[in-house]
Amino acid sequence: MTAHASPSSPAAAGHSEDHGHGSLRGYLIGFGLSVLLTAIPFWLVMGDALGSKLVTAITIMVLAAAQIVVHMIYFLHMNARAEEGWTMMALIFTIIMVVIALSGSLWVMYHLNTNMMPLHDMSRMP
Amino acid sequence: MFDDPNLTKAIFGRLTWESLPLHEPIVVATFAAVALGGAVLLGAITYFRLWGYLWREWFTTVDHKKIGIMYMVLGIVMLLRGFADAIMMRLQQAIAFNGSEGYLNAHHYDQIFTAHGVIMIFFVAMPLVTGLMNYVVPLQIGARDVSFPFLNNFSFWMTVGGAVLVMVSLFVGEFARTGWLAYPPLSNIGYSPDVGVDYYIWALQVAGVGTTLSGINLICTIVKLRAPGMTMMKMPVFTWTSLCTNVLIVASFPVLTAVLALLSLDRYVGTNFFTNDFGGNPMMYVNLIWIWGHPEVYILILPLFGVFSEVTATFSGKRLFGYTSMVYATVVITILSYLVWLHHFFTMGSGASVNSFFGITTMIISIPTGAKMFNWLFTMYRGRIRFELPMMWTVAFMLTFVVGGMTGVLLAVPPADFVLHNSLFLVAHFHNVIIGGVLFGLFAGIAYWFPKAFGFKLDPFWGKLSFWFWVVGFWFAFMPLYVLGLMGVTRRLRVFDDPSLQIWFVIAGFGAVLILLGIAAFLVQIAVSVRRREALRDTTGDPWDGRTLEWATASPPPDYNFAFTPVVHDNDAWWDMKRRGYRRPVSGFGAIRMPSNTGAGIILAALSTALGFGLIWYMWWLAALSFAALLAVAIGHTFNYHREFDIPAGDVEHAETARTRRLAAEA
Repeated sequence: MTAHASPSSPAAAGHSEDHGHGSLRGYLIGFGLSVLLTAIPFWLVMGDALGSKLVTAITIMVLAAAQIVVHMIYFLHMNARAEEGWTMMALIFTIIMVVIALSGSLWVMYHLNTNMMPLHDMSRMP
Repeated sequence: MFDDPNLTKAIFGRLTWESLPLHEPIVVATFAAVALGGAVLLGAITYFRLWGYLWREWFTTVDHKKIGIMYMVLGIVMLLRGFADAIMMRLQQAIAFNGSEGYLNAHHYDQIFTAHGVIMIFFVAMPLVTGLMNYVVPLQIGARDVSFPFLNNFSFWMTVGGAVLVMVSLFVGEFARTGWLAYPPLSNIGYSPDVGVDYYIWALQVAGVGTTLSGINLICTIVKLRAPGMTMMKMPVFTWTSLCTNVLIVASFPVLTAVLALLSLDRYVGTNFFTNDFGGNPMMYVNLIWIWGHPEVYILILPLFGVFSEVTATFSGKRLFGYTSMVYATVVITILSYLVWLHHFFTMGSGASVNSFFGITTMIISIPTGAKMFNWLFTMYRGRIRFELPMMWTVAFMLTFVVGGMTGVLLAVPPADFVLHNSLFLVAHFHNVIIGGVLFGLFAGIAYWFPKAFGFKLDPFWGKLSFWFWVVGFWFAFMPLYVLGLMGVTRRLRVFDDPSLQIWFVIAGFGAVLILLGIAAFLVQIAVSVRRREALRDTTGDPWDGRTLEWATASPPPDYNFAFTPVVHDNDAWWDMKRRGYRRPVSGFGAIRMPSNTGAGIILAALSTALGFGLIWYMWWLAALSFAALLAVAIGHTFNYHREFDIPAGDVEHAETARTRRLAAEA
């Protein structure tokens, strides 16, 4: 019933070296995809390729989200198994929090904008 | 050189002789008292040659236990400042009737209520909560320290840096006059051109770095450093609530940092995020700051729910009722705390669908909280309850907090909130939950873990005196505010027209005096306990017949906490070990590798504070210089390779044998 774990530094206790540090190939793929996903939005804006500002904006946001995923996989080496699933759990929690904060803020601010902002042009007030 | 206004301005920025509040006799007297007291303290430290000891053993320490104690000291010192503000407000409101202006002018009074809120939340409640977690969590999970010991020291000193900036604002310049969340447009440069809001911003930014880093540190500690056998569902409840709190810190403090950064941009470089015109929208500030602000109140209360769980189980001599439901309730509160922020501004005009959504989510939070309350009651049910001081605070909490929680649910109903918003009813509500929940919990925690930290119990007589003054004082101080709030009195008023209200403010002031006596009795309790420490000595390390691992080691614990890392089989690990006839290992000790002390944390924090001071007063040279120095020291610290050292096996054996002898003498 006595304890057995060997004396060791606090940082070393329970620490596992199971997270991969990636390969050159992985970094190159990540780099290539990142460049591509950055160049396309640049071209979309400079060349006005889609013709509509709204569509361009939405496309850029989608590409930005794809870029985030590329970074997480190739640079941060995240997967469902790393750190006994803690990384994935933290990611899911983060996504929930960000979605709540963003969608909630948009909803709230849309309401406030509709209800509370003056409808008339203030500069023409007497 | 002072004849050239341009040069003076370049050196001192906005700081002039007029910035010193020499025209405020109250502030001057306070300054005199603080200067005198400070000089005596510094003189005593010098006289007794304690500087070297303090620097080596405390300021540069990376030991989570010493850092935890320093957090507690910071919180208690700042409590005195925050309470001084409180009692000044109570006195002003009690006498400012029948044409009297009271004794505080508007300029001073507005600073006082802002400083009171900021100090009590950021520099009293946060350090005390962080201190408890810092001290107890590594011991409860059987670890030797936190994951990043240097970061822990740095976090503490950043918190001190923020507190220093707030204290400096009392004597150099002024503090914000905006209320504790500094809503624009009032906090924008147009309406608050002075340094007050800048003090507010930089104090919170400096302290915020510390809070966020300490959150990361404790999450990492709990996830990675648990003793073998301690699965997530075998963790003590206090560790669970600490984990959830730190997750909340890490997820929400960046929002505060960002929103304050946007406000600084508005104030310093003329952007228009929160201005009235040029496309700015002050309502966005209110929205963003409450996305941080609501989780913040759960950051404060969750660890204390953990304290009450530990105390109730220990002093009822029973396993905690409904451990699993307690854990799930904590997790549900963690998530739900992100879904309710709009209830702080129902009246801003969001409309029915938004208001009802947030009203309902707010009411739902009372379900997991209520589940916890019943768990504590069922733990006590048929338990052999010992009404020691921590248990008394717990019972007082259960009575007080339920009332505060119910007025909260009342405020969650949007139509009711339209009547009560920004009234003294709201003030009474949040003091009811923060004093009745957070503060009572902190006192329970302090009384419970003090013998662990220092090796002797706190004196029960003065503790009980403090308890009764606090509890009775709280009810006297805040019940009148409920009444006044229902009658429509708004918060932050300085003078009153209606003489019939005065009696309620006098009663509230009387309550504040009782609380003053409670604080005094608490300080006396500590002094008396130190003097009577031999009579109050606990040699067993387990004075309350505890249930969790922190009671398995000596009091105070050795630097390395546990000579051998314990192996856990049950969620009341130490109780389980005692029941199964645990025998302390008395031989076979090895060397233990521990992190080394470093002065980098305190230096970095001092430079950050100087950076903040430079930015507040527009002393750009100071800001640039401290920023450069900050980078240099941070980079320099990475070249420090002497991060760890070994405690030799002989020293470990010596300490453990001494304990074996003490235990034998006791038995």
